[in-house]
Amino acid sequence: MTNTKKLLLNDTFVVIIFAAAILAMPIWLDPIGGNYPDLLQKFAIYGIFAIGFNILFGLTGYLSFGHAAFLGVGSYAAVWSFKLLTMNVIPAVIFGVLFAGILAAVIGFLSLRRTGIYFSILTLAFAQMSYNLAYSVLTPITNGETGLQLARSDPRILDRLFSQEQAAGLPSTDLFGETMSGYPGFYFCAVLLIVCFYISMRIFRSPFGLMLKGIKSNQNRMRYTGLNTRPYMLTAFIISGMYAGLAGSLLAVTDPLAGAERMQWTASGEVVLMTILGGAGTLVGPMLGAGLIKYFENIFSAFDDNVLTQAFSFLPDSVLEFVVPVVGLFVGSGWHLTLGLLFMVIVIFLPGGLVEGFRRIYDYFKSGGGNAKTQSVEARNQAGE
Amino acid sequence: MDAIFIQILNGLDKGAAYALIALGLTLVFGTLGIVNFAHGALFMLGAFCAVTFQKLVTISAKVRDEGVTAFVAYKEQPYLESWFGDTGRIIIDYSVPLSIMLAIPFMLLVGYVMERGLIKHFYKRPHAEQILVTFGLAIVIQEIIKAYFGANPIPQPAPDILAGSANVGSWVGLGDNLVYPWWRLIYLCFSGLIIFAVFAFLQFTTYGMVVRAGMRDRETVGLLGINIERRFTVVFAIAAVVAGVAGVMYTPILPPDYHLGMEFLVLSFVVVVVGGMGSLGGAVMAGFLLGIVQSFASMNEVKEIFPGIDQIILYLVAVVILLVLPRGLLGRAGVMDD
Repeated sequence: MTNTKKLLLNDTFVVIIFAAAILAMPIWLDPIGGNYPDLLQKFAIYGIFAIGFNILFGLTGYLSFGHAAFLGVGSYAAVWSFKLLTMNVIPAVIFGVLFAGILAAVIGFLSLRRTGIYFSILTLAFAQMSYNLAYSVLTPITNGETGLQLARSDPRILDRLFSQEQAAGLPSTDLFGETMSGYPGFYFCAVLLIVCFYISMRIFRSPFGLMLKGIKSNQNRMRYTGLNTRPYMLTAFIISGMYAGLAGSLLAVTDPLAGAERMQWTASGEVVLMTILGGAGTLVGPMLGAGLIKYFENIFSAFDDNVLTQAFSFLPDSVLEFVVPVVGLFVGSGWHLTLGLLFMVIVIFLPGGLVEGFRRIYDYFKSGGGNAKTQSVEARNQAGE
Repeated sequence: MDAIFIQILNGLDKGAAYALIALGLTLVFGTLGIVNFAHGALFMLGAFCAVTFQKLVTISAKVRDEGVTAFVAYKEQPYLESWFGDTGRIIIDYSVPLSIMLAIPFMLLVGYVMERGLIKHFYKRPHAEQILVTFGLAIVIQEIIKAYFGANPIPQPAPDILAGSANVGSWVGLGDNLVYPWWRLIYLCFSGLIIFAVFAFLQFTTYGMVVRAGMRDRETVGLLGINIERRFTVVFAIAAVVAGVAGVMYTPILPPDYHLGMEFLVLSFVVVVVGGMGSLGGAVMAGFLLGIVQSFASMNEVKEIFPGIDQIILYLVAVVILLVLPRGLLGRAGVMDD
C-alpha cells in the first residue's frame, strides 16, 4: 500500500497519467459522445484557462472577475499575428501570451492594492472597460461587433517572404505545414495543456506556491514576518493572466476569429464556475470542471424535444406527454438551468468541488473495508484525469 | 444650460434605479453579511410581476366587433372591461402601478423563502461561496423566467395620462421647449420615497433600531435575548421587496427581458462597492453620483473630446474611487477587508 501511495504521489507519475488521459481523450470520450475535434479542443483550451485561473484563485484566494479580458487580448493578439506576420501558430501563441501578460501586469499592479470584494470589483471593472472599449473606440484594432477576421489581402509578411505562391481562399492556421484544425489542432492544444499542467504543478509544489498559500491563509501574518507580499501576488496574477492569454490565442488558432464577447464578464464568470465545480486549489479540479461544463454545454444543448421523445419512447404516451416538456426545460436552450442547479448543489454540498467529492468517496470506501477497493481505485483514477 | 439640466435629470433617473438596487444589496450585506448575486434577479422578478399582472388583467374573451358591419368580425375584449366597464378599463390602464400590489406580497414571499431556504446556510461560509451560490440561483431564476416568458423584451405601457412628457422647462424658468417624460419623473419621486421609507424604517422605529444594532454587533444583540436572525430574515424580505418594486416601476422605461437582472447586477455591485460595502448612505450616494456622471459622459460634447468615454466612465470612476479611497465613499473599516 505504501508503495502504491508513494507512486501515486510522485509528480512525474501524475503528469504521465494526466498526459495519457488527455492524449487518449478521443478514445475514452467516444462512448459518451464527446469525441469530435471541436469539443476536444475546447476541453483542452478551457482546461488551460481554468488551470491558470486556479493558480490565482486556488492558491491565493483572490477572486478575479476579469480574467476574460486576458482571454480576449490573447485572441486579438493571435489573430493580428496571423494577419500581419504568418499563419504559423507559434508566433501567434507567443504574442497572445505576451500581450495578456502585459495587460495582466498593468491590471494586477492596480487591482492588487485592494483585497476581498474590492479586488473582485476592480478586476471586473477593468475587464468591462476592455470589453466596452473593444466594442466602441478600439474598433480599428478589434473590428467591433463583427469581430476580427482574416482576409485574403492581409500582409502576412513572413509568409510572403518564404513562399511566392498564394493559395486560393483564406489560408488556415498551421504548425510548419500541419493544418491546425480537427485532431492536429486538438493535439497541439493538448500538448500545451500538459505543459501548462506540469508548470502549474511545479508552482504548487514550489516555495513560491507555498508563499501564495501562506498569503491565502493569513496575509497579515505573512506581512508581519517582514515579507512584502505584493510582488508574489503580482507574479501569480501575471502567470494566471498569461495562461488565459494562451487559452485565448489557442481559441484563435483553432478558429481564427476574435470577438469582443469573449471579454464580457459572463466569460469571466464561466471560468470561476469551472474552477469551483472541479475544486479550487486542487491540481486536476479546474481541468475536470472545464471539461464537464464544456461537455454539458455541447451535449445538453443539442437535445431537443424530438431527441427526448425518442429517448423516453419506452414510456406510455400519457406519461411521455408530461415528461418531455419537463425534461425539455433542462436541456436544449435551457441547459443553463441545469448548470445553475448543478452549480448550486455543488457549492451547497461540496464546497471543495468534484475533487472533494471523489476524496470523500475514496475515504468512505477506505474506511468501509477491503471489498470496496476496486471502487476507490476508480475514484482515484477519475480524480487523476 | 438646457442640455445640462436634462442630463442632470437623466442622471438622477438612472441613478435612482442604481440606488434602489444597491440599497437592497447593501442592506442585505450590512445585516446578514451576505454578498447576494441574486439581487439583480429579484429586480427582474419584480419587473415580471408587472408583466404577469398585466397578463392577468387583460385575459380576454372573443366578442363580436360591433364596429364592423360588412362581415362578422371578432375582437378581443378583456373580461375586466366587459364586467366592470370603465373601472375595468382604468385598472388595465394603470396595470403597472397597480401591479405593485402583486409584487409586494410576492417579493416578501420570495425573499422569505430564499433566506430561510438557502441564504441561512451560508452565514458562516466564505464570501466567495456566497457569491457563487447566489450566482447559481440567479442563473436558475433567469432561466425559469426565460422558459415561461420567452427571451424577448415585453413592453409595458405606462398609464395613458402619464405617457406624454412634462414641460419641466417652464417649471424652472428655462423655456418651454424643455420636456421630460412624466413616467421618469414619477420613477424619480417614487425611488426617493422608497429610499426615504427604508431610512425612516431603520432610523425611527424600534424594530429598525434593533436591526441597526444587529448590524453593528450581532452577537451582543443576540445575547440580549433578541432573536436577531428573525429580524434579519425580515430585512432580507424587505430588500427583496425594494428590488421588486423598483423592477415593477422600471418596466415602462425599459421593457423587461430575462437578463435584465444580470445587466443591473454588475452595475449595482460597482455602485455598492464604490459607496462602501455595508453603508446604506454610501450606496444611495454612489448610485446617484454614478448615474449623473454617466449621463454627462454620454453628452455629444464630451464624447467629442474623449471618444468612447460614455462606455467606460462608470468603471473608470469606480476604479479611481477604489484606488483613492480604499473602502469606497462611506465604507467603514474592517468590513470585507479580507
